[in-house]
Amino acid sequence: MLELIQTYWLYFLVGQYPDGPLGGVAVTVLLAALALMLAMPIGLLLGLARTSTVAALRRPVSALVYLVRGIPLLLVVFWTYFFLPTVTGVKTGQFTTMLIALVVFDGVYLAEIVRAGIQSVPRGQYEAARALGLDHRRAMARVILPQALRSMLPSLVNQFVSTIKATSLGYIIGLTETSFIATQINSQVFTKPAQVYLLLSLTYFVLCFGLSRFAFMLERRLARRDLPRVARSPGSPTASTAPTA
Amino acid sequence: MPGFDLALLLHGQYHDWLVAGLLLSLKLGGVVIACALPLAIAIALLRLAPYRALRAVGFAYVEVIRNIPLIAHLLFWYFGAPELLPDKIKERLYAGNYEFVAAAIGLTLYAAAFMAENIRSGIRAIPTVQFEAGRALGLSFMATMRRVVLPQALRVTVPPLLSQTVILWNDTSIATVIGLGEMMYQAARVESASFRSTEAFVFVTVSYLAGSLALTALAAWIHRRWPVRTL
Repeated sequence: MLELIQTYWLYFLVGQYPDGPLGGVAVTVLLAALALMLAMPIGLLLGLARTSTVAALRRPVSALVYLVRGIPLLLVVFWTYFFLPTVTGVKTGQFTTMLIALVVFDGVYLAEIVRAGIQSVPRGQYEAARALGLDHRRAMARVILPQALRSMLPSLVNQFVSTIKATSLGYIIGLTETSFIATQINSQVFTKPAQVYLLLSLTYFVLCFGLSRFAFMLERRLARRDLPRVARSPGSPTASTAPTA
Repeated sequence: MPGFDLALLLHGQYHDWLVAGLLLSLKLGGVVIACALPLAIAIALLRLAPYRALRAVGFAYVEVIRNIPLIAHLLFWYFGAPELLPDKIKERLYAGNYEFVAAAIGLTLYAAAFMAENIRSGIRAIPTVQFEAGRALGLSFMATMRRVVLPQALRVTVPPLLSQTVILWNDTSIATVIGLGEMMYQAARVESASFRSTEAFVFVTVSYLAGSLALTALAAWIHRRWPVRTL
């Protein structure tokens, strides 16, 4: 196993870079980070629409959330892969395809996190802001969202973990991310599939477990700070990362 | 894009492929949920056990499984694990229908980790005095769980477990990476044989969506029919 690591560690981390395209763990992390960042503004807008009192805003977004959660992410990847070129006329690369699919996926999941975050701020805060003469937009932007975003932080880190795991779907469309590189290494070594795939699993584990412990720590710290406000609603943002039934 | 050919989905060879894929996806989902539930209950009980060592085992299981993507699980069970067995058994495995077995093992272990967490938080939602009262009346740990805590926890747990089942239903699509002929695999097959990608993907999208929405509706109905009792 050590020999395996010694021979392939660089290939595993960055792929053929700088002689070829970037690959391996670097692509996994880069793709996940980019997707989450690009999805943030989308998630924020969708989340605001989902909590809006205007039905014309709320309903289509709710429908979109049900649609994206009701089908496998792999299907979103396939739709993007096969149909984006027919719409734009340009062949989309694997990285861009995965990025677009992940932004859609993250946008919808972030919308739910934002919604839960907004709903976790006590209503009195909004009413107080309005009573002080702020209009709806200012009340949201200056009073509700700053508090909601803070309580969303652990969920955001957990969403990053989900995104890292989701990038592994790039394997299916031939993107040179970690799982793909591991399979390449496996076919070169040929005799040690168990070791190769255990190392692959270990890599994901270190990355994701580290981040989820970080999220857990953030959550504990925020809970301590919020102690006076004991009565947290059951729909606190951390509980609702899983789809609500 | 050429016109949408509905006839393609209603009869003929491509129809047969897609329907075979749908049936295999349903079968995989059914087998996995049947195996994952008991395993998840066992792990949840481990995590709540009165001994530290047992709790550690439960914690390790959940964290290790959850923090590794499903694809890595399936690649390991299909390509990696048989390598650890003697050659004779390995050959027999690959000669048979090992794709299905590997997918079922990987998915079961994966889904059980998430379901165990749902069950555990359902159990923890029941006030500890209920558990203490059970023990004080002379019931054992297991008897208290079975007779007092679990019946109440079930109401809290079933809706999130159904949401988890929706995720499981969608996750069966990942089995395509190890070449199992489920729905996603068949759609890709139809696409490469006929270039009729729209028809194939519409069929698959509608099928997954129908399954997911039915489960979501069931969860909502159960939640209304057996609401959580506040104590």
